[in-house]
Amino acid sequence: MSTERIVGVGAGTKDLATEDMTLNIGPQHPSTHGVLRLRITLDGERITAAEPIIGYMHRGAEKLFEVRDYRQIIVLANRHDWLSAFASELGVVLAVERMLGMEVPVRAVWARTLLAELNRVLNHLMFLGSYPLEVGAITPIFYSFREREQVQRVMEEISGGRLHYMFNRVGGLKEELPAGWLGRVTDAVAAVRHGVGDIDRLIRGNEIFRARTRGVGVLTREQIEQYGVSGPIARASGVDFDLRRDEPYLAYGELQDVLRVVTRTEGDCLARFECLLDQVHASLDLADACVARLKELPPGPINVRLPKVLKVPEGHTYAWTENPLGINGYYLVSHGEKTPWRLKLRSASFNNIQVLREMLPGHLVADMIAILGSMFFVVGDIDK
Amino acid sequence: MSETHVLAEGATLNSFGHDPWWIIGLKALVVFVFLLLTVLITVWAERRIIGRMQLRPGPNRAGPFGILQALFDGIKGALKEDIVPRGVDKVVFFLAPILAAAPAMVSFSVIPWGGVVSIGGHKTPLQLADLPVAVLLPLAMASIGVYGFVLAGWSSMSPYALLGGLRSSAQVISYEIAMGLSFVAVFLFSGTLSTSEIVAAQAHGTAFKVAGMTLHTPSWYAVLLLPSFIIYIFTMMGESGRIPFDLPEGEGELVAGYHTEYSSLKFMMFYLAEYVNMTTLSALCTTLFLGGYRAPWPITWFWSGANSGWWPVLWFLIKIWMFTFFFIWLRAALPRVRYDQLMKLGWKVLIPVSLGWILFVSVVRALRNEHHDVGPIMIVAAIIVVLLLIASFLWERVSASEAQPEEAEAAAEQDPMAGGFPVPPLDAPHYHGVGNGRAPNSAEATRA
Repeated sequence: MSTERIVGVGAGTKDLATEDMTLNIGPQHPSTHGVLRLRITLDGERITAAEPIIGYMHRGAEKLFEVRDYRQIIVLANRHDWLSAFASELGVVLAVERMLGMEVPVRAVWARTLLAELNRVLNHLMFLGSYPLEVGAITPIFYSFREREQVQRVMEEISGGRLHYMFNRVGGLKEELPAGWLGRVTDAVAAVRHGVGDIDRLIRGNEIFRARTRGVGVLTREQIEQYGVSGPIARASGVDFDLRRDEPYLAYGELQDVLRVVTRTEGDCLARFECLLDQVHASLDLADACVARLKELPPGPINVRLPKVLKVPEGHTYAWTENPLGINGYYLVSHGEKTPWRLKLRSASFNNIQVLREMLPGHLVADMIAILGSMFFVVGDIDK
Repeated sequence: MSETHVLAEGATLNSFGHDPWWIIGLKALVVFVFLLLTVLITVWAERRIIGRMQLRPGPNRAGPFGILQALFDGIKGALKEDIVPRGVDKVVFFLAPILAAAPAMVSFSVIPWGGVVSIGGHKTPLQLADLPVAVLLPLAMASIGVYGFVLAGWSSMSPYALLGGLRSSAQVISYEIAMGLSFVAVFLFSGTLSTSEIVAAQAHGTAFKVAGMTLHTPSWYAVLLLPSFIIYIFTMMGESGRIPFDLPEGEGELVAGYHTEYSSLKFMMFYLAEYVNMTTLSALCTTLFLGGYRAPWPITWFWSGANSGWWPVLWFLIKIWMFTFFFIWLRAALPRVRYDQLMKLGWKVLIPVSLGWILFVSVVRALRNEHHDVGPIMIVAAIIVVLLLIASFLWERVSASEAQPEEAEAAAEQDPMAGGFPVPPLDAPHYHGVGNGRAPNSAEATRA
């Protein structure tokens, strides 16, 4: 923790000499989940200026995309946001399939929808556990990990991965769903629905938690629009925008009666937390609907046979998906090669985190932790 | 409550000062060893209990049930490399951990463990020392202990440590006042500041007659002076610097607060101080509010010997462990409050309530001493309290509903599918730059 102290300008000339303190939060601070660095200037314990300094984890994902063929890109694409791996894979294959004009088998579409929602539940559970931890409650994370384990077990069974699933393929999914798997998904969903209630009761109504989060870190609609904030954070401020409803992809078009977009209007930390909590329930409902539909569907292929060399015709497209943390987009420009000419990645956390410099000033250091935790970011998703 | 208490041998101030030197030395040694052992067991128990509360086993490898874990951790911690950062104020940096740990131990010397027992033919009370003003000693020691934290923060020359030290000084100062005030009612009732005599004063409830029946008021001050007890519980948590009031070392914010720069044995001293403090505060609470070492009521009902000989030590330990469990339970269950909320609770709630309560207690006490009927006063007071509760409840409702009306406005406008393509709104005003984002009175707006 390197620190620097800057003597206030004009110290001694004013009636009372005061000194602003510059504090580096991160890159290795326990509350930044990785290597985000915030340079904040403090007046006492009040923040007068804050600047997120990013890039400590930059891995050049976009440049690496350009020297990988489309099958390999999927591996890379699920790395930047390790908590929404499936959802990030999805954007790539959607873009490629669109460019190829490929028809994806119905069962693959529904299975993808199911897995995307399970992935969303996994992601949200992580933050539902870690956020109370940031404000000092050490127990909920163990409850959330218990629930994560339920979902992770079915994800692991189908894909072999617990974090990086690598289950999407251009044209469908890697393999057929294992026998009896759908039943186990139903059980897991039921178990999680029950277990999330524990976290809810332990934290949501807690007086101290509410005092720490209510009215803290209010994000206005204007700021959200300026900075391109998306996902549950934007919806907590009443920006009712969800690609699953507003530009349905996968099977979401047919799920409109089940799909419930969770919004809040307060825009504070509590609203963001509640959005996440309620969205877990909404996603579990969607997962149930997907399972029911998959059981009805007649047997059929789950992927498309691909040529040995997969070349995407010349052109460009932008595929965006509603990732757990917000809008994740890929702008794919192809020159008809095996590799993309350019694959621009628009990640959710990158935009979401920029707004911190407007949110933090005026708050206390303790609020900074509450706010930072409620911005639900993954550092890899920021730094790409 | 019957006459069986007469059999119990309670200590009074007169019991002290007659011990030979070796008994005093023995007692001091026992207190010291007891505290160290309690710390080890508390650390282990905390990890096991919290483990169970968090769906995991907790340490279970070192020794039976992992009971040696704390000991090994202590040894390992003490043998680690001792790093003294460049630029620290060396003398103060070395002095601070000692200043933190020693007073916590000293406080325990005035805590009574039991009544008068016989050691090697000498009749002696199970208490290291007692003074006419014994209860003031833990308060004084707590104040001195803060110097340890403040100086540790100051001498470390690190912003995290400095903020931690500042927080801890402000916290302890404000909670100490409320803590001292919560004792006043006890002093008023017991008529003494000596710990052994406060315990003795809780042996019997005063008798009074209602409708021809003789009733005894409850003898524990926790029941008789419930508001004082509740205030003490709050201040106890504040003084111990643990969740929900562990702001000086809130790891999310200040890494480790005042002991960020400490390592090895010096760090272990702070660790020790925290747990000794916890035990001392529990013991103090037991003494002042839970009848000290005396057996709880249902036991004395059927066993007249419960308060004689060495048995009181058992009751004392049980009561202390109840509090320790309470501390641990809170740590598993609660988040951390914010610094200004903590201050608000201390200064705007605990201290005024304490003062009002003391006033009430002394009025009732004075009237009763002059043989006035206090019944009507009690009724009026009860009505006032109920009215206040209703008012605060209504206030809560009103202020909550005031926050509501903004909801309607958000939904309107913008068609997210303008032109068949989802677009973020185009009427967004231009980026207005950094610097105007000063959150409007964030800290003030949120209630404590």
